[in-house]
Amino acid sequence: MDVALACAWLRATAGAVTAEADRLTRLDAAIGDGDHGVNLTRGFAAVISGLDGTPPATVAEVLVKAGSTLISKVGGASGPLYGSALRALGKALPSGTTVTPEELLTGLHAGLDAVRALGGAAPGDKTIVDAYAPALEAFAAAVAAGSGLAQATAAAARAAEEGAAATTAMTARKGRASYLGERSVGHQDPGATSTALIFRALAGVAEG
Amino acid sequence: MKKFINDPADVVAEALTGLAAAHPELRVDLTERFITRAGAPRAGRVALVSGGGSGHEPLHGGFVGPGMLDAACPGEIFTSPVPDQIIAATRAVDGGAGVVHVVKNYTGDVMNFQLAAELAADEGIAVETVLVDDDVAVRDSTWTAGRRGTGATLLVEKIAGARAAEGADLAAVAAVGRAVNAASASFAYALSAGTTPAAGRPGFDLPDDEIEAGVGIHGEPGRRREKLRPARALVHDALDAILDAKEFPDRVIVLVNGLGATPLIELYLVYGEVAAVLADRGVTIARRLVGNYVTSLDMAGLSITLTAVDDEMLRLWDAPVNTPGLRWGA
Repeated sequence: MDVALACAWLRATAGAVTAEADRLTRLDAAIGDGDHGVNLTRGFAAVISGLDGTPPATVAEVLVKAGSTLISKVGGASGPLYGSALRALGKALPSGTTVTPEELLTGLHAGLDAVRALGGAAPGDKTIVDAYAPALEAFAAAVAAGSGLAQATAAAARAAEEGAAATTAMTARKGRASYLGERSVGHQDPGATSTALIFRALAGVAEG
Repeated sequence: MKKFINDPADVVAEALTGLAAAHPELRVDLTERFITRAGAPRAGRVALVSGGGSGHEPLHGGFVGPGMLDAACPGEIFTSPVPDQIIAATRAVDGGAGVVHVVKNYTGDVMNFQLAAELAADEGIAVETVLVDDDVAVRDSTWTAGRRGTGATLLVEKIAGARAAEGADLAAVAAVGRAVNAASASFAYALSAGTTPAAGRPGFDLPDDEIEAGVGIHGEPGRRREKLRPARALVHDALDAILDAKEFPDRVIVLVNGLGATPLIELYLVYGEVAAVLADRGVTIARRLVGNYVTSLDMAGLSITLTAVDDEMLRLWDAPVNTPGLRWGA
């Protein structure tokens, strides 16, 4: 991954959350407060306008800056969670204009750790983690098998989407949906859904 | 959706502009988005900062002023403020004696205030966080994000604000705030959901004869749906939930709080039922407050909060307060 690809990932993510904003908001209205699509659209729009000036020189800086912007602009839980994930991802990368799939794997691990540390969610709690953790596992397996970035990110995106779909059957234990208890069953988690969009965006740009 | 707005995207900014125009005794920073009282910071005094999503007015901006908050940070509607806002407000009111953050227990509020408190610590500002989680409708806090902060937020801000006003130190102000929260329990009903300007439709739909019991203040659905019954029966159930959750051995402050679209005539009717039940149960009402204080946009509904108080808390409750949303003795 180089700086251009990292920027392309963020632009593709902005496009995806904007295109899917209504769906994210509908999912959130069912078990939360119905602003997930609006908030992510606002946040990634700010990330993109931050890139429009002088783009940062390293992949790490691109992602740290994007994370800081999300923390500063979004609010709610999604701002700190996605913002901290991107910041941790960026901070775990070596400074340089390109990073290898192995280095990206280390960064993605750090991102998931940040989400779990801040939100306290475990797999099965019906959160971002339920898409992120399987995506990371699939990415790691692909990298271990010698796959390139395109194949590994495609595997991660598929796993994230399956993980997001699997949240439908779960009972929420974190965030606002947790107040519903068993009434949250039958609804796909909006955070896991947006996480799948972010991994799909990565796979899309990595495919070229 | 029918609302007195211009563009849904501008509602919070334009409401803050209006608040600034209506209350020249407040300072409203429209760029950084926070509200402070005139004369901040107060040298040598502990400052109180709160904040949360907009849509709960007069909470929190309407409680800025002598005897209560030093600053409030309004987020987007039903969305917590961002750390930048919170740290800017914290800096603006820190008089060198430290700052208490009053935070309602919602995932987003907790995270953003936590990030801001870390930034404040880096800058050498001492911050104590008082978490408000009085909503007993959330039963099993082991398997949820925990009980929500609702009506008791007003009591925490009033009583801790009075303690700060008389010159108590940071630990003492935070301690009384935590004690008020620990002594409080709330339960809410909704007859209909509020509509956020961005969504344009109600947060949930209820048939004409159904209500949401144990509802939160963001349009998030509650503990259960049930048929509408007479107010007396609803009050009985709410007070059962409250009295089961905590001990109220002696005297209480009662808050009957409208959620935005419930007329005062119904709030007073409900207060009468609350007073009757508490008399039956041997609980003495020392003070009471009836009105719209912690709202949820145009939700029709109400919450009932009981706070067990001692002499010290009552003295602080009675102390002068002068804010747009709460004023006595001033």
